[in-house]
Amino acid sequence: MTVEGLLEHGFSPVAMPDGSRTIDGVYIGDLLSWVMGRAQMDNAWITIMSNNNVIAVASLADTSCVILAEGVELSQDLKDLAMAKDINVLSSPKSAYEIAVTLSGLLA
Amino acid sequence: MSDALVFHFDVDGENFTSAGQASTAVKRNLRQLGLPPEIIRRVSIAMYEGEINMVIHANGGDADVIVHEDCIEIILADKGPGIKDISLAMQEGYSTAPDNIRSLGFGAGMGLPNMKRYTDSMNIETELGVGTTITMKVNLT
Ligand SMILES: Nc1ncnc2c1ncn2[C@@H]1O[C@H](COP(=O)(O)OP(=O)(O)OP(=O)(O)O)[C@@H](O)[C@H]1O
Ligand SMILES: [Mg+2]
Repeated sequence: MTVEGLLEHGFSPVAMPDGSRTIDGVYIGDLLSWVMGRAQMDNAWITIMSNNNVIAVASLADTSCVILAEGVELSQDLKDLAMAKDINVLSSPKSAYEIAVTLSGLLA
Repeated sequence: MSDALVFHFDVDGENFTSAGQASTAVKRNLRQLGLPPEIIRRVSIAMYEGEINMVIHANGGDADVIVHEDCIEIILADKGPGIKDISLAMQEGYSTAPDNIRSLGFGAGMGLPNMKRYTDSMNIETELGVGTTITMKVNLT
């Protein structure tokens, strides 16, 4: 499953500099040090946090994309930052749980 | 040893929103050196945690990354308040971060444990009222 493949399943692109990246597994969390300690490279990271540290953590932890749950939005500045740092960001109106259920089906 | 590559950064303690710049720059530099992604990931996460700690808890400091032949060494030195009880600070979940920092997603008390987890060695030297120096190494072989 690629990141851009998610667009066919109800996810909206927020920043997509590298849509061909492969998604391998999922991590859900809003506390950044938990994400850095537990998320694996290439995971899709589901969160409701939307500050610039999210972009930094996604970059350093090398997740394949950030999925903003619950309709959380990113400011234009942060969209620009995501593009500059090569970080894919998508959004969904659904809860983290519902997103995880969807991804579970897609990644199976 | 003589031709070790050194990257130096001033970590600004005032500017919380730009925190992470040093780690991001290191990540880019290590990529250019062609190091394996998993090594780069470990170095940059460990360094980011330390860099954020210097900003949140110590009002900034100095970061040096030295690329040796057999390892990458990260030295983070600050003149902050020091750490009173290292073994307590190393425990997962222990944090003195204030609420405004927690609302940004920090303060889980997982930073120092992550630094230990992602590096092959980690040494903390600290003195109350004087500062803290953390030295970490990630082996290349
Ligand atoms: N450079 C430092 N100077 C002074 N105290 C520090 C320093 N680094 C860490 N500490 C102390 O150790 C505690 C634990 O640090 P740790 O990085 O594990 O957690 P945190 O920074 O509070 O939260 P998190 O890293 O999960 O966002 C801190 O809350 C702080 O009290
Ligand atoms: Mg920390």
